[in-house]
Amino acid sequence: MAVREESKDGVAVPANAAVEARDLVRRYGEGSTAVEALRGVDIDVRSGELVAVMGPSGSGKSTLMHILAGLDKPTSGTVKIAGTEITELDDSHLTRLRRKHIGFVFQFFNLLPMLDAEENVLLPLSIAGEKPDKAWLDELLGKMGLDKRRDHRPAELSGGEQQRVAIARSLVSKPTILFADEPTGNLDSKTGGEILDLIRDSVDTYGQTTVMVTHEPRAASTADRILFLADGEIVQELHEGSTAADVLAVMSSLR
Amino acid sequence: MFLVALKGLAGRKLRAVLTAVAIVLGVAMISGTYVLTDTIKAAFSTVFTTVYAKTDAVVTGKVAFGNNANSNNLPPSFSASLLGKVRNLPGVAAADGGIGDLAHLVGRDGKVISGHGAPALAFSVHSGGDQRFNPLTLVSGAWPVGAHEIDIDEHTASTAHYEVGQSIGVIARGPTTKYRIAGIVKIGGVSSLGGATMAIFDFPTAQRIFHKEGKLDSIDIAAANGTSPAQLVSEIKPLLPPTAEVRTAQGQAKQATKDTNGFLSIINDFLLAFGGVALFVGTFVIANTLGITIAQRTRELATLRTLGANRRQVLLSVLLEALVIGIVASITGLFLGLALAKGLNAVFVHFGLNLPQAGTVFKTRTIVVALVVGILVTLLAALRPAIRATRVPPISAVREGAVLPVSRFARFSAQAALLTIGGSVALMLVGLFVSGLSTTQRLLAIGVGAAAVFLGVAMLAKTLVPPLARVLGWPATEIGGAAGELARGNAMRNPQRTASTASALMIGLALVTLVSVLASGLKTTFSDAVNSIFRGDYALTATDNFSPISVASATALKNVPGANVVSGVRAGDGKAFGHRINVTAVSGDIAKVIVVKWQDGSQATPGALRNDGAFVSKDYAKKHHLSVGSPVAVEVPSGKRLHLVLRGIFAPPKGGSPYGDVTISTQRFDAEYQNPQNLYAFVDMAGGVTAANTAKLTKALGNFPDAKIATASQFKKNQESGIDTLLNLLYVLLSLSIVISLFGIVNTLVLTVFERTRELGMLRAIGMTRRQVRRMIRHESIVTALIGAALGIPVGVVLALMVGRAIKYPAFTIPVGTLVVFVIAAILAGLLAAILPARRAGKLNVLQALQYE
Ligand SMILES: Nc1ncnc2c1ncn2[C@@H]1O[C@H](COP(=O)(O)OP(=O)(O)OP(=O)(O)O)[C@@H](O)[C@H]1O
Ligand SMILES: [Mg+2]
Repeated sequence: MAVREESKDGVAVPANAAVEARDLVRRYGEGSTAVEALRGVDIDVRSGELVAVMGPSGSGKSTLMHILAGLDKPTSGTVKIAGTEITELDDSHLTRLRRKHIGFVFQFFNLLPMLDAEENVLLPLSIAGEKPDKAWLDELLGKMGLDKRRDHRPAELSGGEQQRVAIARSLVSKPTILFADEPTGNLDSKTGGEILDLIRDSVDTYGQTTVMVTHEPRAASTADRILFLADGEIVQELHEGSTAADVLAVMSSLR
Repeated sequence: MFLVALKGLAGRKLRAVLTAVAIVLGVAMISGTYVLTDTIKAAFSTVFTTVYAKTDAVVTGKVAFGNNANSNNLPPSFSASLLGKVRNLPGVAAADGGIGDLAHLVGRDGKVISGHGAPALAFSVHSGGDQRFNPLTLVSGAWPVGAHEIDIDEHTASTAHYEVGQSIGVIARGPTTKYRIAGIVKIGGVSSLGGATMAIFDFPTAQRIFHKEGKLDSIDIAAANGTSPAQLVSEIKPLLPPTAEVRTAQGQAKQATKDTNGFLSIINDFLLAFGGVALFVGTFVIANTLGITIAQRTRELATLRTLGANRRQVLLSVLLEALVIGIVASITGLFLGLALAKGLNAVFVHFGLNLPQAGTVFKTRTIVVALVVGILVTLLAALRPAIRATRVPPISAVREGAVLPVSRFARFSAQAALLTIGGSVALMLVGLFVSGLSTTQRLLAIGVGAAAVFLGVAMLAKTLVPPLARVLGWPATEIGGAAGELARGNAMRNPQRTASTASALMIGLALVTLVSVLASGLKTTFSDAVNSIFRGDYALTATDNFSPISVASATALKNVPGANVVSGVRAGDGKAFGHRINVTAVSGDIAKVIVVKWQDGSQATPGALRNDGAFVSKDYAKKHHLSVGSPVAVEVPSGKRLHLVLRGIFAPPKGGSPYGDVTISTQRFDAEYQNPQNLYAFVDMAGGVTAANTAKLTKALGNFPDAKIATASQFKKNQESGIDTLLNLLYVLLSLSIVISLFGIVNTLVLTVFERTRELGMLRAIGMTRRQVRRMIRHESIVTALIGAALGIPVGVVLALMVGRAIKYPAFTIPVGTLVVFVIAAILAGLLAAILPARRAGKLNVLQALQYE
């Protein structure tokens, strides 16, 4: 509730900006051993857009995602999600923001082992104390190809199936924005491809705004926009229509 | 969200069960205690109401200064003439007099048939007459008639295998006499009054046996129609001599119930205290187990946070988990208590306390207290881990190896621990030494102080674990090689965890050490005292070492050839300077067998007491400002006041005095006390202790199976056996807390094995054998147990020092042998606790372990 009110009172933002980050700096440690994981990153994500973040290992991709999602605080800079400045929010406001606006897909799935697939998917709703919409659940599970896996526990599912459960879980509450940090990082390339397709599909079908970190050059054909991070700075941006070869070219230039 | 908590719990059954055990055992102790004492109370109350069912009022003898349930002396008898006067009252429909006394039954082997500490009762019945007041019912046979018949209780008849028509010995005032069993009886509908043996005689026979001709111990009265019991009592009252009192039957039953209940309440509180200790230890186990589980679930909790769970939900979900464990464990404990009540009773019977039992009484109060306490304790223990769980940041869902943020106060933990220890020791000192506190305040201060000491040491333990583990783990590295080396490292890896686990054991060991140190000091001083006081060759005591014995047995020894001196110490109750006291009495020849130091007077003083002399101890004289020549007035049970003059003041050794508060001459004592008895007697034999002398004395006691002869050193041992019995009882009761702490170790290890699955897989993959894995777990367990011992034993010794000082404990000796046994026991406990976790670790499938996530 509070979140919605704040967004009403908030500063005017472009109507279609789901995420708006300015001048993000994240420093780990202090003094001579300090590491600057981000050094002044600006990023805007429009509603309904699928943004891929790429870059060499250690370039600050995960750090950026964590800060955008409110899991970590920047050393300086601001992040607005759905118009709300989140870097100063306290824990309970952040929690409410997460319930309403943020979805996550993790590299290691992070499913709860004691719950079956359906229960895992419904978890965000039950945490928020909301009633699940049966049709929506059926549609999601159908889309993810999990119809026959509803009552399987994570231990009884393949990696790809587990990640599909995780995606369904992140979509179930129709968040303003979905963050995915290397969602295919723990899968073979074929399964990973299927997962990328599903993400693209949810963007197209539901207009699900998504920010995704990936190492897959194929992401190029999937994403609307690709941001390249190197040494904590955005160094390049590719738009729709670029090819895997373009991506590889940029990547090798950064390495 | 709560589904997560519940399903999670269901998915971790073993862990949940191991956690619950701590509560189950503690709650079982509480519910068992209540069930036991309630059952005994109900049995007594049934007996008393049945006994007085047909009676409206009862006249009994009265000790001038009030009857005392724990007294050695029976109330004095009153003149039988009262019966006639009572019968003549208009409100009386019927009245009958009776005799009640103590008499041991003697079995075929010539030994006393033991009631396991329960009294050996004797009653009279009016065999030919009206049985309306008779509380007994015949099971078989008939009422005893004449000088040679007896009835006995069903319990004794069945346990000692006696039947109607057989002959059984009785020892009352004189030597054993044989009687023919005429009948077998029940009292108040139960076959046994707590194992008490019963000898029932014809009324005139009872009077003769107990030397109560022309006297009565009780009168049962039925009111005439229209007279209420209260009216009856007020009619009778004016007729009574000062040594008798009258109560309505209801009042009498109530009084009797109250006397037994008072005693049972002490047992109840005593046992509850151990239940409390067990639960206290249990909180450590639960808090630790939950703490570990939560640390292991960091990622899961963080994921929940990223999915929108707030701190409150996390807190509640952990508490919910604890609540479920608490409820299930408490209910299990509640019912286990029913079984434990039987076990506790068996323990008491074993230690010589046999109490009557009827149908098991399971009161609502028992259920409520057991459940509430069990659940609250679990929740309380879960609070800290639950709060820690709320501090898990959402980012831990994605960051490998994220650790829980430490509390802001963590770096002050050592200081806080020292502060806690200091504060609690101060509180204990207040409870122990500050005068003017009530017993409740004192016990509260000591109890809370001791609990806080344990808490403080547990808090400090974290700091102490690494150095302790380094030292105590050294043998493991020597014996266990690489496995031992790893075990020591593992014990030091998470000091907090090892500390909490060891702390639970520390509490039990500290308490065990406390009692053993106190008992050892008590024994040493007692033994020193006996050595310095007693100069006789032999001691004559009751077979149970503490009951008073008939004077006749001592007299019998006087005729043994070579017995130079046989001198007894009489004992009875009295009242002086407004307080109930122990009165003892001696004759002049006691000086030859008991030697004490005299502050005023000499070894000749006991012989110079004559009719009005008395001597007291130094402390008693000081307390009442007495000096030689001071008048001392002692009231005896008959109500008579003896006006005595102080003739001497002796200084008893620290370990205890051979005499009571006030000692008078045997001649005066025998004149004033009905049925005088010896506490003990000492014998000086020509030739000292020899086999021949022992045989002669034992033979002379042939007819007195309630008495036995012991050499001075046997006597010392026998007297100490009381301390040993109490000590063993305490050990048994404290072992419950130790068992709980063992489950704590099992728990920690199981969780640790689980947590290190991958690591164990790696160790196996690089060539560690199953045996080595098991050995590693075992050594870790032993190191943890040894840390518990290293903390607990010193704490126990320090507590003993404090408590010992407070109760003016004379000697402080450290029972090194016993403490070494405790350390060995701790090692064994560690081994025992490691069995299950080591098996699990050994069974790990290398491949699966490596894939484990
Ligand atoms: N908690 C931390 N403490 C200190 N330094 C950190 C921490 N987390 C990340 N870093 C540093 O910040 C930099 C960026 O890390 P980040 O995890 O964002 O990289 P990344 O782009 O996600 O790399 P990868 O592709 O390997 O996941 C790295 O140099 C890393 O060492
Ligand atoms: Mg990363």
